[in-house]
Amino acid sequence: MNHDAIRRWKSTIVVWLCGLSVLVALVPLAFILFFVVSQGVQALNWDFFTKLPAPVGEPGGGFANAIVGTLMLVGIGAAFAVPIGVISGVYIAEFPATKLATMARFAADTLNGVPSIVVGVFVYGIAVMPFQQFSAIAGGIALGIMMIPIVTRTTEELLKLVPPALREGALALGATRGWATMTVVLPAAAPGIITGVVLALARIAGETAPLLFTAFNNRFMSVSPTQPIASLTVQVYTYAISPYEDWHRQAWAGALVLVSLVLSCSLLARFATRRLERLQTGH
Amino acid sequence: MPTPMPVMTTTAPAPSRPLTTVVPPARALPTEVPQTAIDVDRLSFFYGQKQALFDITAKLPAKLVTAFIGPSGCGKSTFLRTMNRMNDVVPGTRITGKLIVDGRDIYGPGVDPVALRREVGMVFQKSNPFPKSIFENIAYGVRLNRLAADRSAMNDVVEESLRSAALWDEVKDRLHDSALALSGGQQQRLCIARALAIKPKILLMDEPASALDPIATQRIEELIYELRSKFTIVIVTHNMQQAARVSDMTALFWLGKLVEFDRTEKIFTNPAAKLTEDYVTGRFG
Amino acid sequence: MSNMTSTGRHFLAGIDELKRELGLQGTTVAARLAQAVRGFVERDLHALDEVAIGDGDINARQMAIDDRAFKLLALQQPVAIDLRVIVAAIKVNADLERIGDLAVNIAEASRRYMDYGVIDEQEVIPRMTDVAQAMLQWSIDAFITGNVGLAQTVLERDDILDTLRDQAFRRLADTMAKTPSVMPSALELMLLTRHFERIGDHATNIAEDVFFVVAGEDVRHHAHGLAASE
Repeated sequence: MNHDAIRRWKSTIVVWLCGLSVLVALVPLAFILFFVVSQGVQALNWDFFTKLPAPVGEPGGGFANAIVGTLMLVGIGAAFAVPIGVISGVYIAEFPATKLATMARFAADTLNGVPSIVVGVFVYGIAVMPFQQFSAIAGGIALGIMMIPIVTRTTEELLKLVPPALREGALALGATRGWATMTVVLPAAAPGIITGVVLALARIAGETAPLLFTAFNNRFMSVSPTQPIASLTVQVYTYAISPYEDWHRQAWAGALVLVSLVLSCSLLARFATRRLERLQTGH
Repeated sequence: MPTPMPVMTTTAPAPSRPLTTVVPPARALPTEVPQTAIDVDRLSFFYGQKQALFDITAKLPAKLVTAFIGPSGCGKSTFLRTMNRMNDVVPGTRITGKLIVDGRDIYGPGVDPVALRREVGMVFQKSNPFPKSIFENIAYGVRLNRLAADRSAMNDVVEESLRSAALWDEVKDRLHDSALALSGGQQQRLCIARALAIKPKILLMDEPASALDPIATQRIEELIYELRSKFTIVIVTHNMQQAARVSDMTALFWLGKLVEFDRTEKIFTNPAAKLTEDYVTGRFG
Repeated sequence: MSNMTSTGRHFLAGIDELKRELGLQGTTVAARLAQAVRGFVERDLHALDEVAIGDGDINARQMAIDDRAFKLLALQQPVAIDLRVIVAAIKVNADLERIGDLAVNIAEASRRYMDYGVIDEQEVIPRMTDVAQAMLQWSIDAFITGNVGLAQTVLERDDILDTLRDQAFRRLADTMAKTPSVMPSALELMLLTRHFERIGDHATNIAEDVFFVVAGEDVRHHAHGLAASE
């Protein structure tokens, strides 16, 4: 066999291996989706979205409070984390050589790696114990703390990706550094930052451990920030470990709703980015 | 008689004055000797410990086009950027000497670089329009410097700038489309319009046509030619033919020093310094 | 110049070739003129006839030189000294070709003079031939070597040649007045002096071009070159 044939043969093998790896990587996702959809769709009905949980042991009821709760917790978390994350990201990108920036970057990376349950315990210590009260706010703060490092790093990386020529163009017209950053650089990075934020939202929507110690759970509908609140993740956990068959089915349905939420966040992120980019570049 | 082998020795007469004293083209212009727009006095520039410009002295005349030529890395862009203090944003830079614009040393105490850049505009090598609409690109600088009192004044300024950059006819129907949808040459003309909109006295251009195709380049050169009587223009170019076509005065930079500064026609027909002659005829790379 | 591009070296080779061909042309023209002069002085009809046949080779080379110069201008966009060399080369080319024509004219006039009968030239003609030939040779050398001093010498000699010609005219006029029968010969001699004077003018042009190339100065229409233009 000559060299060309060997090379082609090797190339074919490698391509097949790559394809195989992709399939293997997709298998878990495929299985999860399959199970969640097939099991969960059975319990999905109008009641699921509108009714509160039934008393223990009784069939029926729904996840209405959990859905509302997750939305509220994610909202509080975002309100807390997005401004802090974006502004600190801007600072790190603008003044990268300062001690503060180095510390902030290190802190963000470390915080990213802190186990979610530890975050939960920490927030328990500062926001639950002093008030002797589980609350939605505490839950939101816990989720926010987990979200901050993601937003900070995303903002910083995206600001760095903006070509320095854009900033120079603004400076050459007589803008101060701060003004140039706020009016030209940040808007240019906005599509990417928004994507990052939406993906972070999807991530924290799926957290369970921190909520166990902060928002706890609530069998009733609640939108009060100072009361415990239900969430999809905790509810699914509670129902899944229970001995009731009906609750198991509802847990699957809850998981399905959660997965759909995460999926739609990703799609929303992709869609929003494309729209914003088209606005900015005209392509 | 033996056939003489051609050996042309070139012995130019020694210059009778220092090479960096400007001789304004008094014979070229019909009226009076031009004033000085930028007076550079023994300017040296340092990136940290490394010296990039050595004792530059020159008087750049007003309302004319001055070209800076020289090989890559010889300091011409660095020198250009000292004129609107764009080098300030690079940490660790230092300047000695004076650079006088409008009677004031722009590196002296009490000079605000932000205000300076309103008077001394800049166009960059690669066009850098903001990712906004065409209108907004121009309005940005106008708004920043509070140069338009109301909406209709703003519309007038935008139209006037686009006309001076020879872009109005091409974009007047799509002012609110994204600037990034324009072609490379149009984007560069937009950047020129954006710089002109704030009505600077001096326009600095750092290789404005180097990223463009020949036709777009030609249009930029035409534009420079038309703008010359209204603004003082300083253009850095690595293309000597462009410098010859477009400028009134030419300065040759070499390793951070100003080698020769004279009327363009003299530099390209009979330069005083051997280094200049070697450079413009291509004896050096 | 070791870091010059290959197109740069190609260009320089083109200029060198241009100068070499001009040198060759100069040599040919000077030789042609020398032969015509020898034919006159030694009354050598054969030599005169050879020259009088024509200067086809000179004309052909003139066209080749102009063509090469034109191509260099169009394709290379030369500036500064390169530009001055090429422009001057075109002018020198024209002057040399005219000198070649004058050599032919000299041969023809000499032949007619010998047919009419030799008279007393009163030593003016030989002196003119010496000066004119010297000026030609010096001007060519000055151009090829860029020797401004030598070019200056040529410019100074032009006056001598003019003086000699005026002298010759007066003497020949006297001779014709005294002895009208020698008029045809005398007229041919006058024509000859005119030809040599014209050769001096062309050599002067070439010398002026030397100043243009080397110093970038236009010394035409000034008396005695650079000294007068300052």
